[in-house]
Parts: sequence; C-alpha cells; structure tokens
Amino acid sequence: MTRITVTVDGVEYFDEVEPRMLLVQYLRESLGKVGTVIGCDTSNCGACTVHLDGRSVKSCNVLAVQADGHEVTTIEGLAANGSLHPMQTAFHETHALQCGYCTPGMIMQACDLLKDNPDPSEQEIREGLEGNLCRCTGYHNIVRAVQQAAGAMREGVAS
Amino acid sequence: MTVTDETQTREAPELEIGRARFRKEDERLITGRSRFTDNMQLPGMLHLAMVRSPFAHATITSIDTDAAKAAPGVIAVVTGEDIKDIQGVNANAWPITTDQVTPTHLPVVIDHVACAGEIVAVIAARTEAQARDAIELVDVDYEELPAVLDSKEALKDEVLAHPDLGTNKSAFWQLDSAAQGSGGDVEEAIAKARTDGVVIEREFRQQRLIPAFMEPRSTVVDPTGDQLTVWSATQVPHILRFLIAATTGLPESKLRVVAPDVGGGFGGKLQTTPEEFATIAVARRLGKPCKYTETRSESLLSGHHGRDQWQKLTLSAEKDGTVTGLKVELIADLGAYVAVIGGGIPVLGAWMFNAIYKFPAYQFNCQTVLTNKAWVDAYRGAGRPEATFGIERMMDELAAEVGVDPLEIREQNWITHEEFPFTTVAGMTYDSGNYEAATAKAKELFGYDALRAEQARRRADKDPVQLGIGVSTFTEMCGLAPSRILGSLNYGAGGWEHASIRMLPTGKVEVITGSSAHGQGHHTAWSQIVADRLGVAFEDVEVLHGDTAIAPKGMDTYGSRSLVVGGEAVVRAADKVIEKAKVIAAHLLEASADDLEFSGGRFGVKGTDRGLAIGEVALATFAAHNLPDGVEPSLDSDATYDPVNFSFPHGTHLCAMEVDTETGATSMRSYACVDDVGVIVNPLLVEGQIHGGLVQGISQALWEGAEYDENGTLVTGSFVDYTLPTAADTISFVTDTTVSPSTTNTLGTKGVGEAGTIAATPAVVNAIIDALRPLGIHDIQMPCTPERVWQAIQSASTPPEGEREAAPHFDERAPNQDPPGGSITEGGAQ
Ligand code: FES
Ligand code: FES
Repeated sequence: MTRITVTVDGVEYFDEVEPRMLLVQYLRESLGKVGTVIGCDTSNCGACTVHLDGRSVKSCNVLAVQADGHEVTTIEGLAANGSLHPMQTAFHETHALQCGYCTPGMIMQACDLLKDNPDPSEQEIREGLEGNLCRCTGYHNIVRAVQQAAGAMREGVAS
Repeated sequence: MTVTDETQTREAPELEIGRARFRKEDERLITGRSRFTDNMQLPGMLHLAMVRSPFAHATITSIDTDAAKAAPGVIAVVTGEDIKDIQGVNANAWPITTDQVTPTHLPVVIDHVACAGEIVAVIAARTEAQARDAIELVDVDYEELPAVLDSKEALKDEVLAHPDLGTNKSAFWQLDSAAQGSGGDVEEAIAKARTDGVVIEREFRQQRLIPAFMEPRSTVVDPTGDQLTVWSATQVPHILRFLIAATTGLPESKLRVVAPDVGGGFGGKLQTTPEEFATIAVARRLGKPCKYTETRSESLLSGHHGRDQWQKLTLSAEKDGTVTGLKVELIADLGAYVAVIGGGIPVLGAWMFNAIYKFPAYQFNCQTVLTNKAWVDAYRGAGRPEATFGIERMMDELAAEVGVDPLEIREQNWITHEEFPFTTVAGMTYDSGNYEAATAKAKELFGYDALRAEQARRRADKDPVQLGIGVSTFTEMCGLAPSRILGSLNYGAGGWEHASIRMLPTGKVEVITGSSAHGQGHHTAWSQIVADRLGVAFEDVEVLHGDTAIAPKGMDTYGSRSLVVGGEAVVRAADKVIEKAKVIAAHLLEASADDLEFSGGRFGVKGTDRGLAIGEVALATFAAHNLPDGVEPSLDSDATYDPVNFSFPHGTHLCAMEVDTETGATSMRSYACVDDVGVIVNPLLVEGQIHGGLVQGISQALWEGAEYDENGTLVTGSFVDYTLPTAADTISFVTDTTVSPSTTNTLGTKGVGEAGTIAATPAVVNAIIDALRPLGIHDIQMPCTPERVWQAIQSASTPPEGEREAAPHFDERAPNQDPPGGSITEGGAQ
C-alpha cells in the first residue's frame, strides 16, 4: 500500500492505495466518484477522461499513485457554484448525448480541447475528440455542442 | 424558451408534440450523477469474475478450484456442476420451425464448450481485483475438439458444433409468394427472364458485427430472504424477469428486475445472458449480494454478435428494367446457440427484401446454421438492414445492367403514393408512404444532378480520385408487433405494450411505461405526448420505467417499437383518465357529462365559462369528499395496447464517396437523407436517432467486422482491433424529413430507432461501387477497407473479358464471389 494525497473536485483526500490501482478505480471505488465511467480495457474509448492539473487524461491510463500531490477534476466537479459549465449546457441544448455513457469523458475532453484552441474549426473539433468513442450520437451533435460552447465561452471571456 | 424551441416548432406552437424539447434525462448524465449498474455498491457485496474457455470447441475433463479458493479475498469458486439445479438456461424464445435444432444453452457450461469465451467457473471475492487475480488459479483440463467456424462448411455436417445433435443445420424457413397466394411463381419469372429479359445473380456477404454499446454489461443481484432483486444493464427487464422465472423455477412474484441507466443497447442488450444467470445463481448460493461487470474484451467476446449472413440473390426483370421476380437464399450463421430471438432475426428479412417495390413474384429461403462462434442475435435493424442491403445493392446492379440512373430504376419499380395502402408480394400491407416526395427532397438537398455532372467530368478526365454516388431507398417494418402475427410465427410472447397514468393530488402526473429506454429519450417524448393529451405542463409529467416493481408490465425497447406501440398505450391510458375525470367533473360542476368538453386541460360546460382543470378534479378525487355515487376515488388508468399492424418508415439516402483508385482509400464527401418516420413528436430526438443510426450503418460498410482465426479465437477482441469510428472518421450529415402519417396508431408515428442503420450501409457501398464500376467492379466485400478496395481495383484491371460482364452468373471465379469463410487476411475481391 502507498499513501497518497490528492485533491479531487476541490476536496483533499489522504488514502492508502495499492500501487497497481488505476486512477479511475480510485475515483470510483475509493471515493465513490462513479460519474467517471469505464468503457474499455485498452485506453481506446475515453469514457474515463478527467482533468489532472487542468489537462485531460484517460484515468484508466494513470495510476492512482501518479496522482499523488496533484489535482483532479471529474465531471462531478465541473459545474461551479450550482451552475452548469457552458460545455454541459451545450451538450444538453444540442442533444449531444443519448445514453450518456460517453458523455462525462466527452465533456472533459471537449473542455480541454477549447483550452488549447478557443475557436476550433469543425475538423479541429473532430480531431480533438478522436480519443473518445460514442456509439449513440454519430458525433454530429457533439461537434455542434463544442461549437456552441466555444462561442459561449468566447463571449463569456469578452464580456 | 430557447431559439431552437421556437424555430423548430411545427404549425401549432401551443402543442408539445412537434417541439424540439431538450431532454429531461440529461441533467444527471451531464453532471456525473448517473445510475449505471456498475455504479452500485451494496453492503457486503461480493465481486464476480468469470473463468472463460480459451477454446472454441472442447470437452471439460476436470476443474481444479483449490488454488483459486485459497487465494486472498476469494470467498467461493463455483462451477456449472455446483449450480446445475438452479442456474436455469439461456432460452430461445422464437423457434422458427417446430423441428428447429436448438442446443441447450447453459449459463455456466458443465462439460461441453461450444465457443471461446463460454463461462466455465465463477469466482466470488471481496474485491473485483481479487476475483480477477484468481482466474488463472483455476485449473481446467480441456480436451479440444475440432471446431466448425464457417457457415458454408458447417452445412456439410462434416465437423459438428454440437456432436450430440448430429447436425449443424438448425432450421429452414421459406416464404413463397405463389404458395401463400401473394404473388406469382419466382422460378417461372426467372426462367422467362433468362430467355428474353435480364437476370442478375449476386452473392453478398453480411459480415459479423458486434453491437459495441459503450457501457459494458453489468449485473448486481441482491438476494434478500426469498426475494431476489436483479439490477442489470439490459434493454429487456420484463423479458428477463419472465425468463429467469421460467427457467430457474424462481417464482416470478419473488423477482424484481431493474434496468437503471443503461448505456446503449442497439439490440446487444436484448438478451438474457449467461453472465446474468450466473450472477443470480452464485448470489443465491452464497446468500450475498453479488456484482459482475464485464471488461470490454469480455463484452466483445461473449456478448452476442449481429448479422453474419451469406445472401444469394437472383433478380429477374424485363429488358426495360421492370422487375419480375426476386429469389433470396440466405445462410444465416447463428453461432454456437440459438439466442433468445437469434433464429428469427434473419427471418424478419422475409418481408423486407421486396422493400418499396412492386415485385410480381418472390421467394425467401433461410437456412440457419450452428458454428463454434459467439451466438448471433439482434443488432440495430435486426434482419432488416441485411435485407435492405441485399435489395438496394441489386437495384443498383440492375440499373447498371439496363444502363439507367439508379434512381430511375427504383422509380420504375416502386409503389407510388397513390397506391397506398398496398399489399406487397410478401403479404405485408404498407399503410402509408410517399417515396416520390422523400426522393425529390433528398435529391435537392444532396445536389444530385450537379454531383452526377461532376462525376461524368471526372470520369472523362480519368481523375485518379473517382466520385461515386450511392442510393438507398429503404423501408422497414417497425412497431413490433401485432401479437397474433407473432403467434403465427411461433414467437414466444406477444407484442403489446403497457402504460399507466397516475394523477397525483397536486396535479402532477406520473406515467409508467413498459418501454424501458437506454438513451432514446422516452422520458421527454412521453412527457410531450401526455402534456398534450391531458393539457398539463410538460414539466409536470414524470416518466417511470425500467423497474418491474414500478412498471410491472412491459415488452421493453427494441425494434423501433417504443413510440409506435408504447406511445400509443400512453395515449390510451390518458384517454381513460379523461373519461374517469369527466364523470367526476360533471358531478362537481352540476352538469351533465354530455355537456362537458375537454380541451387544454380543462373540463368546460359548453356555452358557459364554468369549468374545472384536470388538476382540480385530481385533487377533488383524492379528497373524495364529494364524488358521484358508486364512483371510485381514482383517476389512475392503465392501457395495454396490441398493435393491429406494423408501421413502415421509409426514406431516401444519398451518399457521395471519393475513391482513390491508386491507393484504395475512400472518404465520404457528403451524405443527405430524407426520412419519413410519420408524425414527429420531438425533432431533436429524431435527428439524434438518425445521426447515430447513420454512423452505425456507415461503419458496417467501411470499418467494422468481427473476425475469428482458424482456431475460433476472436481476433477483433478489443477496441484496438474492433474499429469503431471516431469523430475524426465521420462527417456532418444533411438530414430532413417528410411526413406521411401512419394510419395504424393515433399519433401517426412510425418509429425511427433503426432507420439510419438500415439505410446507410447500401448507400455507402453503392457509392464506392458506383465510383469503380467503369473498371468492371460490381462488388466489394464489407467492410470496404482501403485494402479491399485496392485489391478489387487490382484484380479488375487484369481479368479476361469474360469476367468483366455486368451480370456474371454464379461462378466461383467471378470477381463478385467472396471465398467462403473469413480469415482476416482475405481481401474482398480475391
Ligand atoms: S476506460 Fe476506455 S479509455 Fe479509459
Ligand atoms: S451517448 Fe451513448 S455512447 Fe455517447
């Protein structure tokens, strides 16, 4: 067992974890942060995407011990002060989710994408989400959602 | 109200039906408060891991569990022998013939393994990691048997998938239009065309696919006393409950099945699975809550697969392209077992190969066959995509042979809008449709004529990248299904759907539906329907489903049936509420019930301004202080609706593909489709279903395929090898609708869940073939990977003249013949 200190969605946790425990397992099993889900065992689907120190990572591809001393944000910590993140609103308003299983990872990845490129083209959005699979939506409305959120966030910055 | 709401509202803005309402389901899903089965933790819960056979076909001679039992955290290791009296079976509910050969499908095998991945033992441990760690400590002795993997080989009965059955042939099923009196004799039509018409003969391959829903399947079982609660990632909680009771002997009344949030299904969760039954048996044996969640690799290996057919098609026509007959000969690979409706899936194609056309003679033959591979069952479209692919490919081949535009040959043969209702050569009565309108709109949105002109230019210029245009004018049958028809087909259940409406004293409304959703948006759509019907606010309607303790009756969600059948049940339950409320309202208003009219949620006395809102009636009914004599104090109502006919959505899909003739690379340039799914309750939901369906259909054409090696090992057993498309592989679509209301239900709806998937596959393949047809290519096996396209181009550029005819007959050397069987290395054009 290894001791770790990690801040998840604004709360600091001290825990003992098995060295082989994945970050996604730590989030789900130790912290009950089941909003972050698991869709594969080969790091292909992106369903488990969270932010580690503000950048997106596939949490099935990171060990819990690697998060020691770092800050993790999950889908559960994205809404601030009771209001949804513009990306969450955009997913809702453009019908960018059906079953919702890919959605936490998709939203976290989309936020990361806009961090690098606040005004992406359709192709840049598509390439930026390449690591996240969705079987329901055909991606059409996910692209719309990211476009809408990008617009809203640029306006937010401007005002 | 949002911009989207206003712009997408249909002519009557005050009505909910037709509004692009945002989904009620979304909030918990976008904030991570989802309730997927694997999210559940119960006190004292054990975690299960499955020991699976690595062999496709073997007998088990011994299982040593001692080392595993001694491993840290392991509570029990359970074999098939240990639970043989309580585990039940994974039943087949649709024997397509009375003499169908149906191997017994045990959840945990005892001594015979019929495909790789079958469960041999179950480990229960305190943590999931401990359970998985113990898998390799279970020592199983297998005696390997020869495996039969190819369906055509299997038909020879030389190697048997189940030696004790004596044959691999499961069942043969035929529909013959002459025999049933719905059309002429197909052999005569073909014979005549051989002398003075056109005969097109092709053999197409429908490759094996994997539904690949994003949420891996998970089951939690809580045995409390003699009661058992099962949470499962299933599309069919009601069917699951019935089949657990029917095959394990557990009383149905002691069983509660819950489908919480379910992360996609696409038919893949229309099953009762060995994993569910094994979890139930182990939980009962240990008397403790147990959870099993599969890994993705296990999901791909042991969840059921879809499609997997060979289609031998013979189309006869007059010289001018008027079709005179179609003969279909299918070989359907069922895999190792006849899954819950596995045998029936290819048979659904019987009514769909004739599609939107007026064929005078028709015959459909289907031979189902057992092999040592994962069992095959419903995957989005289920029997209808296979049929649509076959006929839409054939219509393109006919157009090429006759030398006309593919849309022209379709128009020449399709049912015109004046001809509805139309009884087809297969014996189905299509109630409504307008193929001309959908096609005209699609052509315009697509820019059909301009693209054809560009294609001609690029052909003339010998552009190395050729443009292909693919057409698919599809129909499908939805709204499964009239119970009487299901009975005549030997199906094990009815096709009705149930709904209840509870009027709460505060004026809120609870709708209980038997259709258990997994992403489709029932909560939103049902709210819109009830809001209109009862005149209450959209926000005041709550929809409950997916728990047999709350929604005790239902037939669940598949086959694009929810809205058409389940939505109609909701309408009828609402109408009963109004009838009950009217009696009480009349009493309270001291008027005759005949003098009341109900509109906008209010009972008004005709000719006066006196009236009562339905919520007020609900409160008065709750108080029950002043009700008419003999009237019970409840407005709550139930309806069970059994449809009288199927519904028949249709559409015209047009696809433009760029095909690089030097490398075989293809890319989609544009895709436009116009679907007629009847009256639309929520355009946002309809578009979402179309988009998602399209990508699944496109993906069959271009990327997906489940492949086994010669030992029966699934080589596409992870997301590295089973290649789902990403956002970067796909494009934005142009979608639109036309509306010819269905006449078989009150709302005029037709069903939309499978349309995109059914239509898209042939549109894409037709486009690729269209690009390459000048080279003499008339088929490429799916998925049309760059390698296969390149191979087709290579072999087409050299063959002797005889093999480049537009209409080859069945000849093993002809370029459209694929070698039987599927090793991953083969190219489509070999
Ligand atoms: S679970 Fe699939 S990438 Fe992490
Ligand atoms: S919404 Fe179901 S997988 Fe994306």
